[in-house]
Amino acid sequence: MTSNRSRQVAPGKTLRTMLGAAALACAFFATPALAATLAIGIQGEPASLDTARIGGTTWENDVLGDLFEGLVTLDPAGQYIPGAASGWDVSDDGTVYTFHLRDDANWSDGEPVIADDFVMAFQRLFDPANGAVYSSLFYPIRGAEAHTKGEQNAPALGVEALDAKTLKITLNQPTPYFPTLLAHIAASPVPSHLIEQFGNDWTQMDHIATNGAFTPTSWVSHDHIAAKKNPEFHAAADVALDGVDYYPVEDRSAGLQRFRAGGLDIVRDFSPDRYQWLEENLPGAVHLAPQLANYYFALNQRDGHPTADKRVREALNLAIRRDVIADKIMGGVVSPASGFVPEGVADYTAQAMPGLDQDMDARIARAGSLLEEAGYGPDHPLKLTLRYSTTEANKRIAVALAAMWQPLDVQTELVNAEGAVHYTELANGNFDVGRGSWVADFDDASNFLGILQSDSPKNYGSYHSQAFDDLMSKASRETDTAAREALLEKAERQALADYAVAPIYVDVSRNLVDPQLEGWEDNALNRHLSRWLSLSPEN
Amino acid sequence: MLIYTLKRLLQAIPTLLIVITISFFLMRVAPGGPFDGERQLPPEIEANLEAAYHLDEPLPMQYLRYMGNLLHGDFGPSFKYKDFSVTELIMQGFPVSLEIGGLAILLALIIGLPLGIAAAIKRNSTVDYLVMGTALTGIAVPNFVLAPIFALVFGVLLAWLPAGGWNGGALPNLVLPVVALSIQQIAYIARMMRASMIEVLGSHFIRTARAKGLNEGEVIFRHAIRTALLPVMSYLGPAIAGIITGSVVIEQIFGIPGIGRYFVQGALNRDYTLVMGTVVFYGVLIVLMNLIVDLLYSALDPQIRYDD
Repeated sequence: MTSNRSRQVAPGKTLRTMLGAAALACAFFATPALAATLAIGIQGEPASLDTARIGGTTWENDVLGDLFEGLVTLDPAGQYIPGAASGWDVSDDGTVYTFHLRDDANWSDGEPVIADDFVMAFQRLFDPANGAVYSSLFYPIRGAEAHTKGEQNAPALGVEALDAKTLKITLNQPTPYFPTLLAHIAASPVPSHLIEQFGNDWTQMDHIATNGAFTPTSWVSHDHIAAKKNPEFHAAADVALDGVDYYPVEDRSAGLQRFRAGGLDIVRDFSPDRYQWLEENLPGAVHLAPQLANYYFALNQRDGHPTADKRVREALNLAIRRDVIADKIMGGVVSPASGFVPEGVADYTAQAMPGLDQDMDARIARAGSLLEEAGYGPDHPLKLTLRYSTTEANKRIAVALAAMWQPLDVQTELVNAEGAVHYTELANGNFDVGRGSWVADFDDASNFLGILQSDSPKNYGSYHSQAFDDLMSKASRETDTAAREALLEKAERQALADYAVAPIYVDVSRNLVDPQLEGWEDNALNRHLSRWLSLSPEN
Repeated sequence: MLIYTLKRLLQAIPTLLIVITISFFLMRVAPGGPFDGERQLPPEIEANLEAAYHLDEPLPMQYLRYMGNLLHGDFGPSFKYKDFSVTELIMQGFPVSLEIGGLAILLALIIGLPLGIAAAIKRNSTVDYLVMGTALTGIAVPNFVLAPIFALVFGVLLAWLPAGGWNGGALPNLVLPVVALSIQQIAYIARMMRASMIEVLGSHFIRTARAKGLNEGEVIFRHAIRTALLPVMSYLGPAIAGIITGSVVIEQIFGIPGIGRYFVQGALNRDYTLVMGTVVFYGVLIVLMNLIVDLLYSALDPQIRYDD
């Protein structure tokens, strides 16, 4: 660990006289440092190291992404590259993928990675008994949905081992983004030889084997997961680190302090309020990068809610000053969003909600007349219930929205609840305006737009547009990239013209990275495999 | 005394049963479930998850199943931390919380008791005002303010101690959390000891002791302190049970892998089995600590006997 490197704030900022004492104290408490073990502060505790039982949190990517390697993986810039597969062939109709596994791909216990390891991984993912949270992500695979639903006459699962090193995956229909899905941690292989022996206990530390660049050696819940370099990894020669320790740090200011004290080399999040201070005091360590993540408010379109009226939805959208929220409330770290799919998504051009390009006076005037048309005014004010999940930033944004709508005689009642309650209430439709957000599982516009499809469980506002659904379904069958892009963009324009939601901002990834660390590249997926990182020699 | 102890332990069973039952149903009355969150799951996957954890059964059935497992000492699997059973989580976290909490209580007693006694003896003197003033500040400043300040000053600015992390319980990692946890206890104990001492020093038997010509030291150390300790003892029972089961604030700020966070996180995550496990564990501890305190009473106060 690199615990005795103290990260000092910029010269002249703090108690210089104390540095001498600090150095003495450091020497006193110094423990011998293992030269190249990286200490990462992750945002929480993973639910499991078993891809079929993970909880669906972003920090599971940090750990499982290092421990396992799927058929496809990510380079430092977050670009998709071949992983456990050296390459693949796609059938002419785009529905059959044949993957060729690397000859030198091995598990950390020395067993070869074989096609059956992937077959078993997908079987477990779609086994109802495992209740895998990510199984629906892979519904493009033939039979996946039917197996997950436990249907009696489910077709054979479209994942087969042709031989030890050849895997065939058959899809329901052409899915151009399918290879990108395979870089998701849920598509990692499992060591079938260990599962046959130990069942679900295969993830216990004395049993587990992994095929990624690192392999775990200990896990003390809420303390840390320690992993060492996997010598059996096919690219082990290029892995610079000896190991990685993952420390769950749920409290963001505690994470910052441990980073400043030198106990952590990377912290995967910091509070946006601290951005200015960090820029001034820890120059070079602050990494902000546009992320494929949005922050929006769902507008309830179920009968009986004022937001079921399109005019109301348009008026509310027009009156939101997104630049004020981005600059003043979020400290300028995020960018205002005028569409639902964030900028930077592959093969996609961001779309804008109609009317947002006008100046504010014109927008407010139009919003006023729209509400009047809809029957609201000073005598009959529009009353809304706005729900948000309890965080300081959510609260401030909710208060700001209420203030921005007030000149239109809108009375907004703010209701906050902890996450579990908030999303239950949203799913049950008990709101007019409800806070939501989405972080991309994979780099494709459909991962965002799918939320607004009529049958999506995440379509909190119950937006329903036949035109939108048709465009989405057409796009899902389209194999030509340009034609598909055009369909998806048209679908988003449809949803934005319907004012289906109120987009607020495009989120950014916020990382603290020791400037001495090499190989870190900010990327839109905010995925950073430790195999690409190295600590410079003086550490 | 043995019979008394057994009787008390038997009495604890219905108490715990009631606690468990109320907690079980209260938990289920709370809106939201363990699998509700930002990532709203397709209904079929939610159904699979519920079936896997028997949450699809009628509530009384789940209750009976839970109680049955509990009788076998099985707290069930955690819904949130799936690679661990609730028993494993508690067994992994409790020694850590016990160590931090035990040291904090020890520190609080070593500092708090003498301060309280000194303040009582030197009542209304500078010493008294100083001790009580500091104690009041100690009570008034909550942990969530104190702990980050400690981490900032001693961990970051002075860099004397790690700003966080457990590091297998290494001494430097223990100092800040133990001190931060003990401050409030020092303050409570000092104030309680002072009040109790003042009361005892004014009582008849102390006047008698003095009248008999005992020197002041003997009066205070042989007679007054023993009696004055009784109220502190009754405070310590539940206080120790509370402190050795961890503090969510201290654990999160210093990254300590104790069980304190499971009370809060478990409830927020609707991790039913984890919440129940911590409730049962905490309940048993409270019962045991109170029993120990009552038994110690008789050691301190000869008037108290548990003969029957």
